[in-house]
Amino acid sequence: MSEVPVSGVPVLSVDNIAKAYGGVQALGGVSFEVRAGELLALIGPNGAGKSTCFNVVNGQIRPDAGTVRLAGRDITGMPPRAIARLGVGRTFQIAAVFGSLTVLANVETALAAARGKSFGLWRPQAGMARAQALDLLDQTGIAALAGRPAAGLAYGDVKRLELAIALAGSPRLLLMDEPTAGMGAHERLALIGLVRRLAAAHGLAVLFTEHSMDVVFGHASRVVVLARGRVIADGSVEAVRADPRVRAIYLGHAGTEAGA
Amino acid sequence: MTLDSLAFQMINGLASASGLFFVAAGLSIIFGVTRIVNMAHGAFYMLGLYLAVTLADRLPGPFGYWGGLLLAALAVGLLGAAVEVLLLRRIYHVPELYQLVATFALALILNDAALWIWGPEDLLGPRAPGLKGSIELLGRRLPDYDVFLALAGPAVLLALHLLMKRTRFGRTVRAATQDREMVAALGINQALLFTAVFALGAFLAGLGGALQTAREPANLNLDLAVLGDAFVVVVIGGMGSIPGAYVAAVLVALVKALCIALGTVEIAGWAFNMTKLTLVAEFLVMALVLVLRPQGLFGRPHGAPARGLASEAPLRPMGGTGLALAGAALVAALAVPLVATAWAYAPVLALDMLIAVIFAASLHLLMGPGGMASFGHAAYFGLGAYGTALAATGLGLPTLPAFGIGILAAGAGALVFGWFCVRLEGVYLAMLTLAFAQIVWSVAFQWEEVTGGSNGLIGIWPDWPFDSRTGLYLAALAVAVVVLCLIRRLIFAPFGHALRAGRDARLRAEASGIDVARIRWLGFLVSGLVAGAAGGLYAFAKGSISPETLTVGRSIDALVMVLLGGLGSPAGPVLGAGAFTLLQDTVMRETDYWRALLGVLILALVLLFPGGIAGGRLRR
Ligand SMILES: Nc1ncnc2c1ncn2[C@@H]1O[C@H](COP(=O)(O)OP(=O)(O)OP(=O)(O)O)[C@@H](O)[C@H]1O
Ligand SMILES: [Mg+2]
Repeated sequence: MSEVPVSGVPVLSVDNIAKAYGGVQALGGVSFEVRAGELLALIGPNGAGKSTCFNVVNGQIRPDAGTVRLAGRDITGMPPRAIARLGVGRTFQIAAVFGSLTVLANVETALAAARGKSFGLWRPQAGMARAQALDLLDQTGIAALAGRPAAGLAYGDVKRLELAIALAGSPRLLLMDEPTAGMGAHERLALIGLVRRLAAAHGLAVLFTEHSMDVVFGHASRVVVLARGRVIADGSVEAVRADPRVRAIYLGHAGTEAGA
Repeated sequence: MTLDSLAFQMINGLASASGLFFVAAGLSIIFGVTRIVNMAHGAFYMLGLYLAVTLADRLPGPFGYWGGLLLAALAVGLLGAAVEVLLLRRIYHVPELYQLVATFALALILNDAALWIWGPEDLLGPRAPGLKGSIELLGRRLPDYDVFLALAGPAVLLALHLLMKRTRFGRTVRAATQDREMVAALGINQALLFTAVFALGAFLAGLGGALQTAREPANLNLDLAVLGDAFVVVVIGGMGSIPGAYVAAVLVALVKALCIALGTVEIAGWAFNMTKLTLVAEFLVMALVLVLRPQGLFGRPHGAPARGLASEAPLRPMGGTGLALAGAALVAALAVPLVATAWAYAPVLALDMLIAVIFAASLHLLMGPGGMASFGHAAYFGLGAYGTALAATGLGLPTLPAFGIGILAAGAGALVFGWFCVRLEGVYLAMLTLAFAQIVWSVAFQWEEVTGGSNGLIGIWPDWPFDSRTGLYLAALAVAVVVLCLIRRLIFAPFGHALRAGRDARLRAEASGIDVARIRWLGFLVSGLVAGAAGGLYAFAKGSISPETLTVGRSIDALVMVLLGGLGSPAGPVLGAGAFTLLQDTVMRETDYWRALLGVLILALVLLFPGGIAGGRLRR
């Protein structure tokens, strides 16, 4: 599913990153690349190290070893806010939004941050970027909820709002940790379809984790399989699906989930 | 300094360390299992001492004496169990901040109970039978009792260690300290465990107090003093770690001993009396530890920080009703000087209210939108008051520049202290703010040449046109209006949104490019400046200030005002400060037991109206 021509420097290149928690080797030398316009699925059983990998990429944790490059630039060890400003947006496995703000204000706050205006002390934020915020809510399908407090949203809508917040930074790389968890089958495909359109439209590189195999095999451009902190397969959907090691370690377990 | 005097001070220090360790260990065990920071722990210590003095006096012979001590500690343990069952069980689920103030309220009530039972005079207990003598050490006399105490610390440490390692109860406590979910999974009776742990912690505090019988008189100031020290020790050692508490207690005692032993030293030609450092030394150590190793020397890194508020309604622009109410309040405030002829007290009360409103608004900005609970906001109030007073009396500046200097002094303090504080979360942040406030307090107290020491500064009068009651009142009203409007602007600006975003979901905010620490730092600065304005007005309103101006009590007053008004509402500080001042200047003035009254008020707030006045009105 590689409609976009793959060329030049990869948007993200992760080289041999390692991270241990006490005795647990969460990541043991992981390398992969994501290119513009590509939807790369990072899959693997629970505890494989997927979220840890995301946290390393967006700077939330510092790897013990290895480098992370964004469009060729070494960003290893930078704080999350700096990496965000370089064009990396992310969503969390347990979706996090700003509960005490309205849905619209959530996106407006992210837009203000992206424009370096968070220290604005005088002009009210409402109205600064209202049109753009509403546009993002429209794209993610929650424009009707703009005036509602974020704290009261249904979980699927929280996930959409978080996506809108992540997109507010006009990222070139989008990290999504289980973007469709807790959604129904129909909602799930709609959301991933949306992400695909956005990626194609803006040349966005997307790295996502997913337990639902219909989403992965239906929409990913490429799949990287992680198990116990190591990459055990990296290739096209067809190649990964056929890989006997993946089948042995992973698909037997996930096959049941995909049907769920 | 001689080596002898240092060694002597150190043994002495070890004796103090033991007492501190008992209290701190209790605090630490309770926190480890229940995650409650028990602000009433100092009160348990104080009660242990009072009870022991009474019992040791009444019961005959050595058995009576030592038995009395033990009995006192056991009684405090029992009281702890009762407190857990009657109060704490109701607040395990409420936000951390409310737990802190609820247990503080309990401390206030216990303090007044002691006042009621034992009266305001200090009580000196009998000397310990068998340990009345002293031994000769390095040419100085060291009381036997101090040696006994110095040994009692390690003995209790060992006993606790065996209790934790060898008994089923101990293993359960350790498991619960490490992983609370596990306790539920193991099918342990959690209610019983919590009660037992709280009783054990209270017993240790009571024991610490009881063992001081032969050393110091029981008095009503001990609870807060000991609480402060115990906090410092627990934070340095690491919350939940018993050996950490001992090491920290020894460390603090030794640093103090070193300060005393050093005496006056010359630093760059400046004679500096190191003994003056003893009051702040422990807080300096704590600040250092919190910055370098926030979890304490022996603590484990703490997980996700507790949130200030579970959920808060989004801000809305002021509607017609809100504007009308604010307008009416302003008109009423402007009319106050007119009723002065009929009710002379009105302008005095109203000025107090305005100062309280400004102070509460500054704390509210930090605690509400900022999500940072300050337990030492009096520091900035005090810096503003002292800055203004010194500029007006010492430098002889006119009123307005002096006021400006006070505000800047408070801002400078907030900038420095805030830099450290914004790196922490929750209870740790609250403790550090408290530590900084104590440092400012002791500087005000000890730097006599400049601050006038305990006498403070007098003759701080504003000049024309602020030299009349009405003039100063109207000026304060103008300041209050400006401050409230300014804060409102900030809250609706991107800054206010970023502040709330960082509070609601810190990682999310960081991942969106918000520099949460810096945003909080700016919030701290603004809050400090505003508190400084309140302090400056206070100095002019009272004409004199003293270290009383910046005691813990003032910080707590501000906390109560904010909670009373409602943490989640922008109108909260105005309502809370108004109601609280009215209460303080009328009802509380009439009774000796105002602390208990305040305590009951706080408990009622936390248990019955957690949303405060504004919250209650909105929730309806
Ligand atoms: N903060 C932490 N402290 C200790 N261990 C951790 C921490 N974070 C992750 N781990 C461990 O690292 C390993 C990888 O965890 P990670 O969350 O990255 O897995 P994951 O692939 O995202 O799993 P899931 O599908 O369940 O989300 C696990 O064994 C986990 O227990
Ligand atoms: Mg994960």
